[in-house]
Amino acid sequence: MRVARVHPLWLAYVLHRVSGLALALFLPLHFWVLSLALTQPERLDAFLNFADQPLVKLAEFGLIFLLAVHIFGGLRLMAMEWLPWSAPQKTLAAGALGVAFVISGTFFLQVV
Amino acid sequence: MTAQNDTLEVSVWRGSGVAGQFETFEVPAQDNQTILDVVSWIQHYADATLTYRFACRVGMCGSCAMMVNGRPRWTCRTHVKKVLNGGKVEIGPLRNLPIIKDLAVDMDPFFDKWVAAGGVHTPSASRADPIPAIDPGDHSRQVASAGIECINCSVCYAACDTVAGNPEYLGPAALQRAWTLYNDAKHEDRTDILAAVSGAGGCHNCHSMGSCTVYCPNDLDPMSAIAGLKRETARGFLRRRK
Repeated sequence: MRVARVHPLWLAYVLHRVSGLALALFLPLHFWVLSLALTQPERLDAFLNFADQPLVKLAEFGLIFLLAVHIFGGLRLMAMEWLPWSAPQKTLAAGALGVAFVISGTFFLQVV
Repeated sequence: MTAQNDTLEVSVWRGSGVAGQFETFEVPAQDNQTILDVVSWIQHYADATLTYRFACRVGMCGSCAMMVNGRPRWTCRTHVKKVLNGGKVEIGPLRNLPIIKDLAVDMDPFFDKWVAAGGVHTPSASRADPIPAIDPGDHSRQVASAGIECINCSVCYAACDTVAGNPEYLGPAALQRAWTLYNDAKHEDRTDILAAVSGAGGCHNCHSMGSCTVYCPNDLDPMSAIAGLKRETARGFLRRRK
């Protein structure tokens, strides 16, 4: 029997889990590449050249996306479980966070 | 009305225990028709051996819950038009509970867990004592009142993927009941509840997937109730360590 479960809360759960697993796989690899700076600098340079390719840049975007999704998913979970807010309070908090993000993001783009 | 719209193609789960399969019935379409009407029509006119459960027909008793197109619903309050998918609809027994026969499930595990979570009310005063005054505007009374409309239909229990993955898990309805009693000033030993819900199958198993809250036909919020239990058990744990 198939089960209908696709609703925003369930999707948020899946996104948080999948991004968490992907980051758990990425982190050891990340630290290993960083360690090359001490052990094999020429291999690190070769890897950095490889990382300049557009396709790898695109993959880096995916990585940042996973990080952002996981951070905000985690904040959402902690707020949900630790702050017994009413629904309007939660909406206001999410709205305030969104506005803060847009303003600081605009500032950041101007600085860069 | 076209000929195609005159009948509904209804797949109904048939079988006992773990064995079974969907059987398709052609049911006459009506302008106003609930899923429970459809199931009753099949039993009256197509196959008298079809087994299902219902009582009040108006969304008060909570006994007619079934899976409709994979989503747990009160069949008496579900209009066919709302769920019809290309003239078809699929009706199955509630998920996460043992099937007795066809659409009737064994509710024992559901109610056993309700009791295991500390759901039985123990009064803090006897009838000889004066009635304690409870302010309806009091915060904890309002938290308790948020969950008391639960009629134990098991829709949330059938919707929960954590129950599906861990048969020991107490489930949303039992934990919401525990949260209600925990906030009830007239309940005798409220710390007992925290002990009952923080064990192996307790509230900390919840992954906050939210299907219980999204699918509750009474618009209750078991997910937030479970979050409340998580909060209070964590507080209790930290207090003990000091």
